[in-house]
Amino acid sequence: MPRTLALLLAGVVACYGLNWFLSEFIEVVYVDYVNLIGLAIILAVGLNVVNGLTGQFSIGHAGFMAVGAFVGAMASILFTYGEIAAGPLAFAGLGSFLFCLLLSGLAAGALGVLVGAPALRLRGDYLAIATLGFGEITRILLTAQDSLGGPTGLKRIPKMPLLPGTETWDGGTSVFWIYLFVFLVVGLAVRLQRSTFGRAMIAIRENELAAETMGVPSARLKVVAFVFGAFFAGIAGALYAHYQHSVRPDDFTSVRSIEVIVMLVLGGLGSVTGAIAGAVVVTLLPQLLRPLEEAMGIDGLSMVVYALLLIVMMVFRPQGIFGQRELSLKLLRGLIPGRRGGKTP
Amino acid sequence: MPEPVLELAEVNVFYGAVHALRGVSLRVNEGEVVSLIGGNGAGKTTTLATICGLLRPRSGLVTYRGADVRRTPTHVLVGQGLVMAPEGRGIFPNLTVEENLRLGAYTRRDKPAIAADLKRGFELFPRLAERRRQKGGTLSGGEQQMLSIARALMGRPKVLLLDEPSLGLAPLVTQAIFATIDQINKEGVTILLVEQNANIALKHSHRAYVLETGEVQFNGASTELRNDPRVKAAYLGEG
Repeated sequence: MPRTLALLLAGVVACYGLNWFLSEFIEVVYVDYVNLIGLAIILAVGLNVVNGLTGQFSIGHAGFMAVGAFVGAMASILFTYGEIAAGPLAFAGLGSFLFCLLLSGLAAGALGVLVGAPALRLRGDYLAIATLGFGEITRILLTAQDSLGGPTGLKRIPKMPLLPGTETWDGGTSVFWIYLFVFLVVGLAVRLQRSTFGRAMIAIRENELAAETMGVPSARLKVVAFVFGAFFAGIAGALYAHYQHSVRPDDFTSVRSIEVIVMLVLGGLGSVTGAIAGAVVVTLLPQLLRPLEEAMGIDGLSMVVYALLLIVMMVFRPQGIFGQRELSLKLLRGLIPGRRGGKTP
Repeated sequence: MPEPVLELAEVNVFYGAVHALRGVSLRVNEGEVVSLIGGNGAGKTTTLATICGLLRPRSGLVTYRGADVRRTPTHVLVGQGLVMAPEGRGIFPNLTVEENLRLGAYTRRDKPAIAADLKRGFELFPRLAERRRQKGGTLSGGEQQMLSIARALMGRPKVLLLDEPSLGLAPLVTQAIFATIDQINKEGVTILLVEQNANIALKHSHRAYVLETGEVQFNGASTELRNDPRVKAAYLGEG
């Protein structure tokens, strides 16, 4: 326990330091990339528990993100401008922000139970279709809600709260908040993977029937995995809404769900490191290719190259960048020529 | 008469419209090895799946240690000591041998005892000890079968259900596996064994049931069944 606490504290300090460094030395445009990568990591690492670890192919992740975004944004707006702003709930900005994030995570997580409990009885393609349907239904329902701004969504969402000593940072504290949750989700995912639960989830992926006969309550564990992913997708949604200051239902089309899946498959399904690598690559690649597009004067070239890279990747390394392995000292040692690292037979 | 630890009475199971088990009745007494033999599609695996709660009978009774278990979920039964080593071994290919074994103890929380049982499993199957850190999928068929049985033992079964332990194995390996099954039984585990290889199953069991198209055709002491002309003709490839 004290070790966990110390680790958490170190994480907070590291996020604070990262935010300070970026706002002091790096241009705001690039800080934006860093933030988008952070959000992508939260989504990908969360979904990896469902699709990678437990092997349940869900493609409705954007739906949970949407719910989290709207719940968090609406709560934040009410706290800041609404009537309850004057009421007993009007506590300090920091507390209410964290409360809004928690609320959006819980809302998405609760929805995860509601959707997951029946949908996870389905297998393979059927589960994929059901979750895809859930994502689209969520988006369409949100579009139809006038109280949530309809298709134009919510605007004037409050900024993420400042921290002591951050008043002069022109980029704000979004890096701190986003990476705090990156740190949390990665820490939890790694810990889960090494736990008995994580191994049971892998067992479900590898052979559900055999897992059942080992005494693994597969239906329950699949829902747990699903809720884990949904919870963090909800948080990512709320962070996204606060970061953009506005949010529309169309920010959460199925394209976004598929983007997260591309990150997982590209990085290596089932590996936390892979999910992070995938999130970085998929977020940065279109940006990096943009100068190429401008230099050659062909519009849309970056998307063509991007798609080609993905195809080449799938042909030559279908297991993804990391496969199912994790980045570790062992793996790094194995890369040094002339020295055998990793497993000895 | 000894107390049955596991009993099926007039069990009927359907796959949709297909009547897979037709009034199957059988009993397994404490400390016995009972084998269930029969050809393809006779309903052997269906019987095991029904016992451990993967399938629900339409009618009939399934009792385990005196309690009706027709609606008890599989994972609860495992906790009560009714453990199956599934057909086709059911190894988790991307987990190591040790991780596979530890999953067998999923319902248990007594760490020192689990460690002791792990050691015990490696003693029972020294081949697994050698391959401890190897992935399950890289093992040979025989080794996978050993792993499947060792993993089921990690659940501390009172009754062990084995589905086709000889499937796809060379005769010598099959011999070795069955010798271990005898040993496990001697240590007090009751075993219900499903086999297509009637010859070896009858050699290594006390009693046997012969299943044909979802019905029990004969049952009796294994030594008697081995000499029964009808069984000989149909299952032992003699006379």
